[in-house]
Amino acid sequence: MEISVTVNGVKHTAEVEGRTLLVHFVREQLGMTGTNIGCDTSSCGACSLHLNGEAVKSCTILAVQADGTEITTIEGMAGADGTLHPMQQAFMENHGLQCGYCTPGMVMAATSLLKENPNPTEEDVRLGLEGNLCRCTGYHNIVQSVLAAAKA
Amino acid sequence: MTTIETTHTTNGVIGQRLLRKEDPALLTGEARYTNDLQIPGALHLAVLRSPYAHAKILRVDLSRALEIPGVRAAYSGADLADLWAAPMPCAWPVTDDMKNPVHYPLATSTACYVGDGLACVLAETDAIARDALEAIEVDYEPLRAVVGLEDALSDEVVIHPDLGTNKSYTWNLLVEETEGAVEAAFASATYTVAERYVQQRLLPMAMETRAVAAVPQPFGGDITLYSSTQVPHILKVMTAITLGIPEHQVRVVAPAVGGGFGSKLNVYAEELLCVALSRKLGLPVRWNEERSENSMATIHGRGQIQNIELAADAEGKLTAVRVRLLADMGAYLQLVTPGIPILGAFLYAGVYHIPKAYDFSCTAAFTNLTPTDAYRGAGRPEATYAIERAMDALAREVGVDPLEIRRRNFIPTEAYPYEAFSGLTYDSGDHDLAATKAAEMIDYDGLRARQAEVNVPGSTKRLGIGVSTYFEMCGLAPSRVLASLNYGAGGWEAATVRVLPTNKVQVVTGTSPHGQGHETSWSMIVADKLGVDPADVHVLHSDTAISPLGLDTYGSRSLPVGGVAVAMACDKVIDKAKQIAAHQLEAAVEDLTFENGSFSVQGSPDRALPLAAIAFAAFTAHNLPDGLEPNLEAQVSYDPPNFSWPFGTHMCAVEVDLETGKVDLITYVAVDDCGVQINPLIVDGQVHGGVVQGIAQALYEEAVYDADGNLTTSTLAEYLVPAASDVPSIITGHTVTPSPTNQLGVKGVGEAGTIGAAPAVINAVVDALKEFGVTDVPMPASPLTVWNTLNNARANHSSGGTS
Repeated sequence: MEISVTVNGVKHTAEVEGRTLLVHFVREQLGMTGTNIGCDTSSCGACSLHLNGEAVKSCTILAVQADGTEITTIEGMAGADGTLHPMQQAFMENHGLQCGYCTPGMVMAATSLLKENPNPTEEDVRLGLEGNLCRCTGYHNIVQSVLAAAKA
Repeated sequence: MTTIETTHTTNGVIGQRLLRKEDPALLTGEARYTNDLQIPGALHLAVLRSPYAHAKILRVDLSRALEIPGVRAAYSGADLADLWAAPMPCAWPVTDDMKNPVHYPLATSTACYVGDGLACVLAETDAIARDALEAIEVDYEPLRAVVGLEDALSDEVVIHPDLGTNKSYTWNLLVEETEGAVEAAFASATYTVAERYVQQRLLPMAMETRAVAAVPQPFGGDITLYSSTQVPHILKVMTAITLGIPEHQVRVVAPAVGGGFGSKLNVYAEELLCVALSRKLGLPVRWNEERSENSMATIHGRGQIQNIELAADAEGKLTAVRVRLLADMGAYLQLVTPGIPILGAFLYAGVYHIPKAYDFSCTAAFTNLTPTDAYRGAGRPEATYAIERAMDALAREVGVDPLEIRRRNFIPTEAYPYEAFSGLTYDSGDHDLAATKAAEMIDYDGLRARQAEVNVPGSTKRLGIGVSTYFEMCGLAPSRVLASLNYGAGGWEAATVRVLPTNKVQVVTGTSPHGQGHETSWSMIVADKLGVDPADVHVLHSDTAISPLGLDTYGSRSLPVGGVAVAMACDKVIDKAKQIAAHQLEAAVEDLTFENGSFSVQGSPDRALPLAAIAFAAFTAHNLPDGLEPNLEAQVSYDPPNFSWPFGTHMCAVEVDLETGKVDLITYVAVDDCGVQINPLIVDGQVHGGVVQGIAQALYEEAVYDADGNLTTSTLAEYLVPAASDVPSIITGHTVTPSPTNQLGVKGVGEAGTIGAAPAVINAVVDALKEFGVTDVPMPASPLTVWNTLNNARANHSSGGTS
């Protein structure tokens, strides 16, 4: 099946199998490997990206379902001049990452969270990110990062 | 606010909360994990795994799989038998008579756990390879599975018939001032406690599952192995040995690695399969682990049954410790499987002074379950859990507060360096200071007062307060001590520091970071030593072609061994630079001082040369002292003189709902003393993550097997890795007691949080339920477990039974 998607502002037209997941399309066919895979049950959120401006787990969507959509991946978050997105900057300043594997998904989910709720409490952030798992940070500094980004 | 002593800094860099160099690549998707590597022409490996915990493999028919378009090859275990020069390695034969079943990357005659690989497919895509697994026909003869440790030791079913028994080893550590001292101490004790605890099996669950890619150069004979590993150097040696490849032709690279927690401190079947098959076919071969596969095919942690007895005098001071441990090895011995319980063997007296009356014995047995091995803390969280739970039991016997029983038993600060019962020397410590600080931070007295107010009949909630005080015992390790424990390698670490002609600095380290921030911390050490900007230091690691010497990252060893090696290499660089400076300044070496990155003649500050000038002079070599080699670099291999002994106190408060059994962790305070902190930002991060892994063991996680040996928690939908909403913020505090055994005064911090957390949480849960006669709550303390425990205790109480 042929699909057309706009990823980080660039339009791609490609042949995909019906069973191809969006995350596999992005990683393997477009070669954008910043979006990670951490599970096989849609539990971990490592593959979160933005579909038409909203965070989704890209392992829960078939590539064909993304036909005609606008997608932003972690590779599209920093400015063309290399300036980090405010959420990326907040993660850096608050040591919100260690091994970095959950980080792209966390950044995508967190930016979407702030779009819905620009002034969250700590509780809001913890509940809002419960679909994204991290094994390194204990979440403490991830929560601090998101709260800092909300103030930035 | 944390204040850091900076006597161990030369230029004020050490102790700063410097942001991490690693982060921009990780935050933007630029970092490449193993499965992100683009490798043209690579074949994809998929492994067929036994659905039975114990079964004879009668027939493997690959013919239908081989007919599938895109499948290039398929093999049974028997087909590959001649590829292995040696069995899968176990580097830690803890006793001379330890039983170690021979096993190879694929099983040939018997599958010994659910997930045991027995055949494989190579195909053009991962999807085709996995589809083809379903076309392989296998005839199994299921055998009874050995699931429990007690069942294993009965030897009713022997898993490895050639060994004749399921017992792998019994390892003893009996230390007595005079023969019979332990027995005598128990006979004359005023108080004794005898407790039994179960360390449930845990799944390490690094967010990145394992991934491997082997790229051969068939005509040159070399091979590069990319692997999501913590131990590229160990893996290189073991790959050479097990596959019979000349070691100098093997290069191992650990690209970005998405967490390890001990689970990637190993040599795995899939690493050897990828290398062997890529050499056989002359093509790159890659493999990527699915999460449910990771749950079965990557090692598990813990899996112990602990019996601990304490003897104490009339004041509650310990007079003897006796431990009987049963340890679950799983189906086979992986790289350091048998050594894990032994790493805890010295810690069952905790941070307490005891006389020479210590009796530890560990018996290890095989089961038809996934092999166990190192998981964050590796033996030390288990030991700490047992002694810290038992100290609460002792406090109940003596009738004093848990904090008071600990204070009566702490090794006194003035006793340091302290020679322990075991003969090990503990470097430095101030346990009372850490406990006092934690008590202040959490308002321990206030919490106890509140507890008395709120834990009243009629209320459906109970407040509980938990304490644990611990040693980490890390900095693995003095090689001679490892030799005495039969460990198959040393514990040194290597570092090279190279000042480039333009005064930028390259550091080559033998540690292999996967989230710990070594690039940042090692840059800070060098910047502090050499007076350069940390941004001008570049750290190279995790590629055996670039960093040929090293023993990698595990056991909180990287900073106290690898970081100290970096500092020592800086000293050698300064020594050499000083000779060049003296020559060019026409001064005696003894008359030169090195400050702020510049050499000057004492008493004549205008006669000075910056390091930058020396670096360029060393490069041009136009004007060097006679006999001095060009270039400014130094290499160090450092073998630490001792373990390091970080310590601390963790305290928490929980609220238990008596109607649902749910435990809410209200507040958590961790006071850790890891000696001098290079970067407090990173130290805090290590503590946060470690604590949450300990909380996870206490409240959420367990690898659950059914009676047939099926893992029923093989995905993240069933295995409860806590989410952000399941844990509180962690309040961290620090005391700083420098280690006297290394020039940086550092101790290590990677595992401290995990070691301290589980007993603090369970002690709090038990404390909350003490009025009902509850003295133990098994881990994980899920609502159902707590509810059942509470109701059993209430039933016992009301029927007049003892709890």
